[in-house]
Amino acid sequence: MRKCSLDSLNSVFAKIAEAMALYLPVDGSDGRAVFSKWEDGSVLSNALNTVRSPKDFFFPQSEDLMRFKTEGKNIEIIDIRPESEDFAVFGVRACDVKSFDILDRVFLTEPCDSYYASRREHGVIISLACTRPSETCFCQAFGIDPSTPAGDISCFKTDNEMYWQANTEKGEALLKAIESLTEECTDEAVNEQKEKIRAIMKKLPLASLTTNSFGGGKTTELFDRPEWAELSEACLGCGTCTFVCPTCQCYDIKDFNTGNGVIRYRCWDSCMYSEFTRMAHGNNRISQKERFRQRFMHKLVYYPENNDGLFSCVGCGRCLSRCPISMNIVKVMKKLGGESK
Amino acid sequence: MQKITKEQLIERASALLRDGTVNHVLGWAQGEFDYDITPAVFSDESSLTGNFVWNDFCGANFSKYLVSKCRTLEGKILVFLKPCDTYSFNQLLTEHRFDREKVYAIGIPCEGMADIDKVKAICGDGISSIDCSGEKLSVTSIYEDSPISVNTADVLTERCVNCKSKKHVAYDELLGDEGDILDSARFDEVAKIEAMTPDERFAFWQNELSRCIRCNACRDVCPACTCEVCVFNNPKSGVENKAPANSFEEKMFHIIRAFHVAGRCTDCGECSRVCPQNIPLHLLNRKFIKEMNECYGEYQAGETVGSKSPLTDYTLEDLEPGEVFDRGDINA
Repeated sequence: MRKCSLDSLNSVFAKIAEAMALYLPVDGSDGRAVFSKWEDGSVLSNALNTVRSPKDFFFPQSEDLMRFKTEGKNIEIIDIRPESEDFAVFGVRACDVKSFDILDRVFLTEPCDSYYASRREHGVIISLACTRPSETCFCQAFGIDPSTPAGDISCFKTDNEMYWQANTEKGEALLKAIESLTEECTDEAVNEQKEKIRAIMKKLPLASLTTNSFGGGKTTELFDRPEWAELSEACLGCGTCTFVCPTCQCYDIKDFNTGNGVIRYRCWDSCMYSEFTRMAHGNNRISQKERFRQRFMHKLVYYPENNDGLFSCVGCGRCLSRCPISMNIVKVMKKLGGESK
Repeated sequence: MQKITKEQLIERASALLRDGTVNHVLGWAQGEFDYDITPAVFSDESSLTGNFVWNDFCGANFSKYLVSKCRTLEGKILVFLKPCDTYSFNQLLTEHRFDREKVYAIGIPCEGMADIDKVKAICGDGISSIDCSGEKLSVTSIYEDSPISVNTADVLTERCVNCKSKKHVAYDELLGDEGDILDSARFDEVAKIEAMTPDERFAFWQNELSRCIRCNACRDVCPACTCEVCVFNNPKSGVENKAPANSFEEKMFHIIRAFHVAGRCTDCGECSRVCPQNIPLHLLNRKFIKEMNECYGEYQAGETVGSKSPLTDYTLEDLEPGEVFDRGDINA
């Protein structure tokens, strides 16, 4: 483990930025934290987390996939993706780091999504342990320990120091690059901080939330539960929960006629939208209740069923803060029996 | 602190359920915390007693829900309306969007609603409860030994700071006073943007709208947006798009929406309340309202049922296009 003083953090960031683009949470003009590219003078936000999740770096909201050019009877397919360059994302919280495991299983299994894979390959994730979790946090229900985040490098911020621990080869290489600006140290202070955070986690209002009632094999038990009607009653059908979610990964692929060719692009889609997965026979989820149910069944039942019991929620709490009607996965879980008494 | 208590509302709603005047109650349901309140339909007294809540975080405007609930629920619906909600209620009636006969509206006084983000800016994360019953909010945090006292005025939502009216313009029954129209400073921010140079103004909106994630929350909550299928969702419309193709399209969605609701927007402020990216969308709508007021005389959408917006009502005194063009010159 290595450390640097918080006073010298800016020069460490500068050093990393010499080698690759560095993104970190800074306070935006509206006061909310947003991942921004580091430049001299960037100040690391004190906010617990960003409104948008770091999934954006690997799975952007919209991206051009390819271009088609027609000449006579020939169609030329042009790969228009830009060359991927190395980049680092600093300040990723434990919940969001976990979200990459969930996205990887979707995008990196065959057929592998080469757009996503290329970014994963070039991206270095530098996580940051939480010191002041929010009442909306429930990562522990999914077995995540916010005091000990994973990632290529794990960072721990104390009152005066930033501690750096490499977990992967990529992480080792990056720590090597900033070696002159950091010093070798023991993990005493970090361990002390971890204990404090774990004690706080026990005091959080959502500490008793459990996943016991959910998981693979629960489809028939949960699908027709009458509570879905009440839970979805006020849902506006907007896409806020899905778009701020670090694990939602549904997308749509569309062709855009440029006048002299076609650009094929993909963009995030939301199961909350009325035209989601619309097929030739029409729509297979005709009411908001069915769309709403799909989102939560996917996270709590279908995904774990297909992925060795891994839930596709990390308890980051973004949907709790941002849903216009304050309906969210915690309320769904509690209503359907997800609280330990 | 609200003047009227949760208990008073539950008591009145229960009585109306009991005597058969109404079959359902559209109200606010208690959340996990004291601020994450969800609109809900209550159909019996026990659910009211167990779940109904009324405090400083009951911002949701129920008027739009009447469009769908009047179709799906059997019998009569009691709806609680704050003064600003009543304008949306009237506007929807003007547009024949729900059956007035199926609704029993109770007007309730509102002392302004709190913005949880503003509370958190003062108290930080870790809020375990918020007591709204006193003069000040009493915020309990897992990080503090004793509750933090917060002035309600410091955490009011923008729309409540600039409240345009405490008057109920539609109701079957009032709990409290009818209230008065207020002098508000709601156009001040618009005037500031008007005073900018075109480049500054462009940069201002570029910065705000570039944050848009096209979640459509603004549209979906908007009481003026009640199209059965929005053009932006309809594959047959030819302009359907789930994500902006470029930074121009980002602005196009919001500008088209603002034009579409111009003359019908009551300035209820729901769009800005729900925006996850904190974009001041209400400023677009207020610009239109201010513009119409200046060109055609004061007009408040939803003040009465059946009123015609200046944009759909021709009079001989109307401004000539040339005069509008000259005004544009001044603003440039």
